[in-house]
Amino acid sequence: MSFWTRHQIFEKNSIVLIAGILVVIAIGGLVEIAPLFYLKSTIEKVDGVRPYTPLELAGRNVYVREGCYLCHSQMIRPLRDEVERYGHYSLAAESMYDHPFQWGSKRTGPDLARVGGKYSDEWHVTHLANPRAIAPQSVMPGYSFLSQTEVDEAGVAAHLRANRAVGVPYSEDQVANAVADLKAQADPDNAGVDAFTKRYPKAFARNFDSKPGAPTEMDALVAYLQMLGTLVDFKLYNEKANLR
Amino acid sequence: MSESSTSKSMTHGEAGLTLVFSISALLCLFAAAKALDMAFAFHAALASAASLWAVFAIVNRYFDRPASLTPQEINGRPNYNLGPIKFSAAMSVIWGIAGFAVGLLIAAQLAWPALNFDLPWTSFGRLRPLHTSAVIFAFGGNVLIATSFYVVQKTCRTRLAGDLAPWFVVIGYNFFILIAGTGYLLGVTQSKEYAEPEWYADLWLTIVWVVYLLVFLVTIIKRKEPHIFVANWFYLAFIVTIAVLHLGNNPALPVSVFGSKSYIAWGGVQDAMFQWWYGHNAVGFFLTAGFLAIMYYFIPKRAERPVYSYRLSIIHFWAIIFLYIWAGPHHLHYTALPDWAQTLGMTFSIMLWMPSWGGMINGLMTLSGAWDKLRTDPVLRMLVVSVAFYGMATFEGPLMSIKVVNSLSHYTDWTIGHVHAGALGWVGFVSFGALYCLVPWLWDRKGLYSLKLVNWHFWIATIGIVLYISAMWVSGILQGLMWRAYTSLGFLEYSFIETVEAMHPFYIIRAAGGALFLIGSLIMAYNLWMTARVGEAEVQLRLALQPAE
Repeated sequence: MSFWTRHQIFEKNSIVLIAGILVVIAIGGLVEIAPLFYLKSTIEKVDGVRPYTPLELAGRNVYVREGCYLCHSQMIRPLRDEVERYGHYSLAAESMYDHPFQWGSKRTGPDLARVGGKYSDEWHVTHLANPRAIAPQSVMPGYSFLSQTEVDEAGVAAHLRANRAVGVPYSEDQVANAVADLKAQADPDNAGVDAFTKRYPKAFARNFDSKPGAPTEMDALVAYLQMLGTLVDFKLYNEKANLR
Repeated sequence: MSESSTSKSMTHGEAGLTLVFSISALLCLFAAAKALDMAFAFHAALASAASLWAVFAIVNRYFDRPASLTPQEINGRPNYNLGPIKFSAAMSVIWGIAGFAVGLLIAAQLAWPALNFDLPWTSFGRLRPLHTSAVIFAFGGNVLIATSFYVVQKTCRTRLAGDLAPWFVVIGYNFFILIAGTGYLLGVTQSKEYAEPEWYADLWLTIVWVVYLLVFLVTIIKRKEPHIFVANWFYLAFIVTIAVLHLGNNPALPVSVFGSKSYIAWGGVQDAMFQWWYGHNAVGFFLTAGFLAIMYYFIPKRAERPVYSYRLSIIHFWAIIFLYIWAGPHHLHYTALPDWAQTLGMTFSIMLWMPSWGGMINGLMTLSGAWDKLRTDPVLRMLVVSVAFYGMATFEGPLMSIKVVNSLSHYTDWTIGHVHAGALGWVGFVSFGALYCLVPWLWDRKGLYSLKLVNWHFWIATIGIVLYISAMWVSGILQGLMWRAYTSLGFLEYSFIETVEAMHPFYIIRAAGGALFLIGSLIMAYNLWMTARVGEAEVQLRLALQPAE
């Protein structure tokens, strides 16, 4: 019986055909995805990466909602020009608490993986409201409406809990104080700032949009942008130990 | 659900679905009242209204229909079920025009950013997923459902399985599109490219998709032909694999069951791998396997020639579904994804070139002995040119998956150009060709209203595609070269904004190409509308075989 005759078992039996399809498509996915969950070398060992503060997380959700990832990557490749333009190449560890990841696939605008600390808060607020006020050739949409919406305080603890359920190591303390931390980060005069910075090392408490009142989505987004890529201290990073 | 005293009674399907939709109407109303955000309230209210409509439609159909169920055969010939196919075919044209129009708008926004109007629901970041979903899932998806339901009936010589189930699939799928599309405008997205709809839309799609698989599979099981025709293998692989991909990529935990926001189960590098395993195989199985099925049925039909090689189609089928699944990591070259995964992705992407061209050869060579028809039949020409574009895009893809090439092309417009060579040239043209065949068959017409208009559509759209992809090649390669350009003193030569500025003329050319493609599709819509409305009827004999819908 030739190969072609044998193949008739698939052509004459729909259940065998479906089983064959399932087996054939399962192999590649299993080989490529499953090891990423158990190979220890997948995520580098680094110090400093922490979960997002409640305000940063709210800002990240604005970033996701407005589709920023469609034009801005957050993934610096280890190529000479990229490292010189944007900074140290990105590590897997830097996005290990990202649900979902925001590496992006297109750079209509520049990479943002290390935009944190590059510009002032005022620069970001002006640029987000009207990008062409800063760069006349820019093709980015304006996001002035972010200043008009306050961050939803009531739901913020639930967001932390949902993140914890999918694997982000938020402590009980961090969840319990989510609302207080949200307010403290956007108000440097707030009494809770010390407790907040203790819970979230390297986080800044500033009035990001320099407007009084409850934190707005503009505060949140700028707080998120200003922390991007700042958590790992690359003077201490051991590149050799993490070679993969 | 009153049972009348006559012998007429509701089927289990009718009674069950009436009950399910009644409960769903109440549950959705409750969810709308408890909703935490406006978008969720809107979607729950929409689902409630749709459920009520479904109850009404099912009961109304029950009162209108004769006591006996639609016969499977009339005079010994299969009583084909064409109603859901007509619906899906019509929706594909409507969504296609909407999707192309949004694409034109966002292309123009990149050339003239004032067109964003600085409003949340008109900004590029929200409209871009609307464009991609509208063209891939709304236009392409409806074409696939319509053609698969048609092809499976004809090649199995049996009526589509299920009574209400096929209607549930086509209406349910389009309701998913409605929820997804309005969600993007309202800022509801999980940000996974081509899988942006949030958890509740994903759950609904899962239900619809399982029913789709069952309708398709049961129709194959009750076939009157000993062999399963090759097109059905591809449709089956498309349906099954999309189900697997959808389930693998989308597990998420809602922050609240009364809110739209969720967090995806996977994080960081694993999420990236899952996403592009999904993303590339949405291309491989939705936009390739499904449309290859169209190629395997519609080109032989239109050319009136058998498929070139039966053996080649066997090799083509197994090789392409085995190799495609591995190709995902080429979207993540030089990222923080481990090198071994990147290397696997590149290797399999290059190997994928072979089955892709095997399929192309099988499609093109089907015209052996009928090449002269390309001169006289613009529909066949469209189908054949689509296969040529397929060959071009599937050569370009492996090329771009080579790491050194990718280091230049990734993050640039070259990728956008590559995608559109496949999407406009291959998926678009093969769909248009299939619709030009299908509409006269479904509405029992002798032929199309006007072949001349098909010719106009073909040339206008082809010029549009050429403008689009050549503009994106130039801008993409230019931008990639500018990013890595150094001065003689060893400094980066260009600031980022200078590379943005350099893109401007190409963005205008691209928008012009998109406008031509849109104009072509409007010509098609007019032509198909006139075919269905005023076209000359096919012989009366076939009309008599129409099922009572």
